[in-house]
Amino acid sequence: MSSTPQNTRLTGSEIVWATLVGEGVTDVFGYPGGAILPVYDAMRKFPVRHILTRHEQGATHMADGYARASGKVGVAMATSGPGATNMVTGLATAMMDSVPIVCITGQVSSKVLGTDAFQEVDITGITLPITKHNYLVTRAEDIAPALREAFLVAKSGRPGPVLVDITKDAQQATAEFNFEAAAPKPYRPHPMRGHSADSISDAAKLIREAKRPVILAGHGIIQSGAFEQVRTLAERAQIPVASTLLGLGAFPASHELSLGMMGMHGEAWVNNAIQNADLLVACGMRFDDRVTGTLATYAPNAKKVHIEIDPAEINKNVKVDVALVGDLRQILEILLPQIPTCKSSPWVREINEMKGECAVRDIRNLPDNGHLYAAHVINDLWNATGGKAIIVTDVGQHQMWEAQYYKHDEPRTLVTSGGLGTMGFALPAAIGAKVACPDKEVWVIAGDGGIQMTACELSTIAQENLDLNIAIINNGFLGMVRQWQEFFYEKNYASSPILSPDFVKLADAHGIAGATVTKRSEVLPAVKSAREKKGPFLINFHVEKEDSVYPMIPQGKALHEMIRRPDNPLIETAEDA
Amino acid sequence: MLHTFVALVEDKPGVLTRVASLFRRLNVNIVSLTVGRSEREGVSRMTIVAEASPTAGHRITASLYKLENILEVDDVGQYACVTRELALIKVAATPQTRSHIFELVEVFRARIVDLAPESLMIEITGVSSKIEGLIQVLMESGDEILEVARTGRMVMRRGRHTSRVMEAMRIAGVPEAEILEPNVTAESGEESQLPQ
Ligand SMILES: Cc1cc2nc3c(=O)[nH]c(=O)nc-3n(C[C@H](O)[C@H](O)[C@H](O)COP(=O)(O)OP(=O)(O)OC[C@H]3O[C@@H](n4cnc5c(N)ncnc54)[C@H](O)[C@@H]3O)c2cc1C
Ligand SMILES: Cc1ncc(C[n+]2csc(CCOP(=O)(O)OP(=O)(O)O)c2C)c(N)n1
Ligand SMILES: [Mg+2]
Repeated sequence: MSSTPQNTRLTGSEIVWATLVGEGVTDVFGYPGGAILPVYDAMRKFPVRHILTRHEQGATHMADGYARASGKVGVAMATSGPGATNMVTGLATAMMDSVPIVCITGQVSSKVLGTDAFQEVDITGITLPITKHNYLVTRAEDIAPALREAFLVAKSGRPGPVLVDITKDAQQATAEFNFEAAAPKPYRPHPMRGHSADSISDAAKLIREAKRPVILAGHGIIQSGAFEQVRTLAERAQIPVASTLLGLGAFPASHELSLGMMGMHGEAWVNNAIQNADLLVACGMRFDDRVTGTLATYAPNAKKVHIEIDPAEINKNVKVDVALVGDLRQILEILLPQIPTCKSSPWVREINEMKGECAVRDIRNLPDNGHLYAAHVINDLWNATGGKAIIVTDVGQHQMWEAQYYKHDEPRTLVTSGGLGTMGFALPAAIGAKVACPDKEVWVIAGDGGIQMTACELSTIAQENLDLNIAIINNGFLGMVRQWQEFFYEKNYASSPILSPDFVKLADAHGIAGATVTKRSEVLPAVKSAREKKGPFLINFHVEKEDSVYPMIPQGKALHEMIRRPDNPLIETAEDA
Repeated sequence: MLHTFVALVEDKPGVLTRVASLFRRLNVNIVSLTVGRSEREGVSRMTIVAEASPTAGHRITASLYKLENILEVDDVGQYACVTRELALIKVAATPQTRSHIFELVEVFRARIVDLAPESLMIEITGVSSKIEGLIQVLMESGDEILEVARTGRMVMRRGRHTSRVMEAMRIAGVPEAEILEPNVTAESGEESQLPQ
């Protein structure tokens, strides 16, 4: 709680920090400028660590990574005008994936609002559709209530980003500060949320009677903290669990009931299991189009139970038979007593056979014939870190390979931009994750394209001497784009080959150690040096240039109509037919 | 299909933009939107009529609830309601050509609210089809319509029904949240489970 005595007269700027401290904030990512300078001036009086980023987009992704890795609200700060507009991509990223962050921007004085004053931009207008809510604060006395409400809104219900725009005169004026008195009303109840005893027992009945059920594990499990409850449900009723990209880690990948990732780049047995299911129990996931393929043919014979906090997600993409609208953990707590223990399931055995047929790509047994594949790198990284590291990925092929080959057993160990697919996310988000979890091992896995979008944050890592490791999966291409061009545009590689600097030299220029790896035999030693090195370490992995992510469901196709891996002895094991 | 929503919203700057912007984002066309004060200070009442697919009502209601300034949304299409719209219609008319308009106004239970040498103004209240009926009859009888101003629809549900939110705000001493514990279906009476 706030160390500030009750009812002290403070400047608006001091109120900003006092409120943040009161909300339990210990770290802020930001970048100063004219309209927020009073706040920066007041910072030294408060016990908050400020990480100076190199770009305000970075600050928002850092706050985002901080929130995803820790479950706390991330905070970013910027000046008006260009500082604020630079936050747009980060806000949209957090909005799409429902991540609780609070962004504070300076604004020109209230007297000149709307006059095109120097560095004035209507940031509350701009960010209206990409924030859960936003505030324009023009008086010092309104700062604490607005900020406190912003934190509540960000983390309540379906979480999301909130922006608080504070005019410079409000920062400079003084007002009575009383943290307790500024408390927001309890989060407003949502009349559409709820579930009757009947709908709970309908769901339980469907689960009891299903012969071929599948749990669809989503991001909501992590946000609700329903890890144990979902696991109990799966084990008790012997239901196999497929995960969305953002649901990875919500159910232990090493669990015998874990199927892996569903959807566009999910393994064949996962998608086939969904297509053949007679019941889907969707837990905190929103049936994204990357998950369903074409809707007309999605799991045609399955009844659907949807447990979801946001009523707007119910029947949005997939029509469901039973909707339980509310917090997943609380709903499962009510549902579980109605689920009897089931000993063995022929369905699970059937899926295991499907799995066997499709053949696990046992990359560990691959011969080291000089070719380095991203799969190698990620598999080795998984082995070396014991699956325990927080992995922060960028967007592209490497992101999908990470999802396929790094087995996440714990929630909040994968940080990735799913809904917006924001290239440039990984490096700053990893900084946020490391600041939030200094005792955890943090790895960035980024492509040669995406890393260059926010590579300026290497300098932030150096300035803060953050002990995080960076793996660049360097294929000389905007690989995911190249893959689409290969499959759907007759290999017309228009603007997908990308030149990169020597990343190790780039790291070196920042005083960051690094290594280049071109052979499989060098992977583990390089990973070992990175892990042993105190402080940041960058590894530039030169991998096969024209490798593709398989399987792949082309857009507009059904889940079972996937493009399979061609017979390529280099990446297939003997038993992978 | 036309959907009608009654929304109670906090009376704060920018709330109208948030609501309008939401419809734009959902790619739903607003047919009419009226805003005004409600029975309670600080709470405005909107009636929104929108053209959308028959199944869109749930999605629109649920999306409106995502806006932090929305207190309650009622998709009133399914209930018995009183619907009213007010229109002002300016018609070109001289003392020689007025009389038949007076007759029409009488039939439609409208009123003449302004009379000038070359025009008159009609005020009419009712359901939209009544207003449209008057306009059509005026045109068919060869009158020149100079201006039309319409408020858009206002809707109120029949019977004792009032907003649960307003009820909660009215009953002193009872925390809003207790009354508003959400959507417990009538049959079950189950306690709801809201995360806070
Ligand atoms: C290149 C690329 C490829 C991709 N390929 C795939 C793919 O093959 N497979 C795949 O799965 N994804 C893929 N994605 C990601 C995809 O776009 C979506 O981001 C992802 O599927 C969303 O997962 P989700 O629904 O679990 O999470 P979110 O989108 O975060 O949705 C979470 C849901 O949980 C709900 N929720 C939140 N809190 C609670 C609570 N307390 N209780 C109950 N419910 C709650 C929310 O309201 C929301 O509806 C890809 C992305 C990229 C960039
Ligand atoms: C900001 C942004 N711009 C463009 C895209 C489109 N896009 C998706 S994946 C991709 C290629 C990524 O290339 P790289 O970072 O090298 O990763 P790779 O796919 O090669 O692993 C592109 C351009 C995007 N997702 N984000
Ligand atoms: Mg690449």
